[in-house]
Amino acid sequence: MNHQKLEKNIALMGVTIALVISVAGLVEILPLMFQAETTKPLEGVEPYAPLQLAGRDVYVSEGCYVCHSQQIRPFRSETERYGHYSVAGEFVYDRPFQFGSKRTGPDLARVGGRYTDEWHRLHLINPRDLVPESNMPGYPWLAKEMLDGENVELRMRRLRALGTPYTDEQIAAAISVVDGKTEMDALIAYLQGLGLAFPRGRY
Amino acid sequence: MSSGWSWFIIILTLANIAGCWWLLRRYSGQRPGEPGADETMGHVWDGDLREYNQPLPLWWMMLFYLTIFFGIAYIILYPALGNYKGVLGWTQTGQYENELQQARNRYSAIYDRLAELSFDELAADEQAMGIGHRLFVINCSVCHGSDARGAPTFPNLTDADWLYGGEPDAILTSILKGRAGMMPPMGATMDDQTIDNVVQYVLSLSGKDHDSAAAAAGKPMFATCSACHGLDGRGNQSLGAPNLTDDVWLYGSDAARIREGIVNGRANRMPAHEDLLGPERSRIMAAYIYQLSHERAP
Repeated sequence: MNHQKLEKNIALMGVTIALVISVAGLVEILPLMFQAETTKPLEGVEPYAPLQLAGRDVYVSEGCYVCHSQQIRPFRSETERYGHYSVAGEFVYDRPFQFGSKRTGPDLARVGGRYTDEWHRLHLINPRDLVPESNMPGYPWLAKEMLDGENVELRMRRLRALGTPYTDEQIAAAISVVDGKTEMDALIAYLQGLGLAFPRGRY
Repeated sequence: MSSGWSWFIIILTLANIAGCWWLLRRYSGQRPGEPGADETMGHVWDGDLREYNQPLPLWWMMLFYLTIFFGIAYIILYPALGNYKGVLGWTQTGQYENELQQARNRYSAIYDRLAELSFDELAADEQAMGIGHRLFVINCSVCHGSDARGAPTFPNLTDADWLYGGEPDAILTSILKGRAGMMPPMGATMDDQTIDNVVQYVLSLSGKDHDSAAAAAGKPMFATCSACHGLDGRGNQSLGAPNLTDDVWLYGSDAARIREGIVNGRANRMPAHEDLLGPERSRIMAAYIYQLSHERAP
């Protein structure tokens, strides 16, 4: 093809540019969507329970991912502090995953069980009550905001349409489980479930 | 990865590199039918501005070729093509394991030496306490504070008051296995007036301002509490029941907070750290926390 022809035909140029750019995506992204390693859950990884699912939405809506990552990289400096490095099979029910890209606060991929529920409650209301040096903002309103069970149920249905294996019973029970709970309860339930599927040992 | 996807990646990648090569070869030199070097392209702007048809500078072309050679070398050495493992046999987990092994080689002598020491010797060992301090900051300070003086509902580790015992062995057990503190809710067993009386009696135990008549009335009811807190209210370390006669109050010492504890009970938990720290570091941690509230051995 003559390059003058290419340069003078904007539609042809656009198509060829798109073709060239898509090569990297075709090689690096597309095959991952069909690999068992990335699409099959790790043993012990279950779809989020209704309260955890609601908590995950709180996590996203409050922008926790802006300061907290959820992926432990395979470096000793990270696994010493946070636990075993993250593996793809842990994230299959995360839509979208909350890897994050910046750590103003610590990584939360394995924060589940590290602290008590009460610690999380006090810490979310005012972090400086527990950690005077903390620069994390407080989220006291979470303790007052009530959850909407119907919304959670709807989200479970949508996730099932995308492939998360929720059963009819789980979806039917969602409203009663979430009823009367606050966003704080949900967020804590979510945090306490993070990273539990993997062995905790790291020494 | 299935071999289908592997070949998909291999073919696309190699075709892409070959395409780059072809593109460079085809368009970098002069081709028949095009104006030659030092000739103009035939465009004229503003009456006298013309565009020369110059080939790309050689050094610039070489950079392009270099990237191609780099790419090919990388693909041969590292696992970059589908299921192909690469000549070097490099893997991400291999690099990580190697990093761990290096750390083990470097630190095992230190930990071997420290493993021989008693708690008192550890507490006096500068290196051990340096390790202890860093482990404390990473693992413990989040609840117990970076100065170890605790936070509301999280115990101060620098004073002489211990819920489960302040000897190194007891501290080590707390670290390894965790602790679950549990005060049962008593609200349903007493009427409001009785609870108020017991609150006054509890205040009197540590010599705080109290209504002595109410305290006297509440004293008989304290018999229930004494099952855990002891007849004299001095607590019981085997149960983690706090001493009520001192000035250390995990949940606050005002009447309202004491009442809240009696009515609703309290539940608190120290998470187990055996899996997180391992036995060697837990021992060092125990010695570090022990020396926070005790004079260091000479």
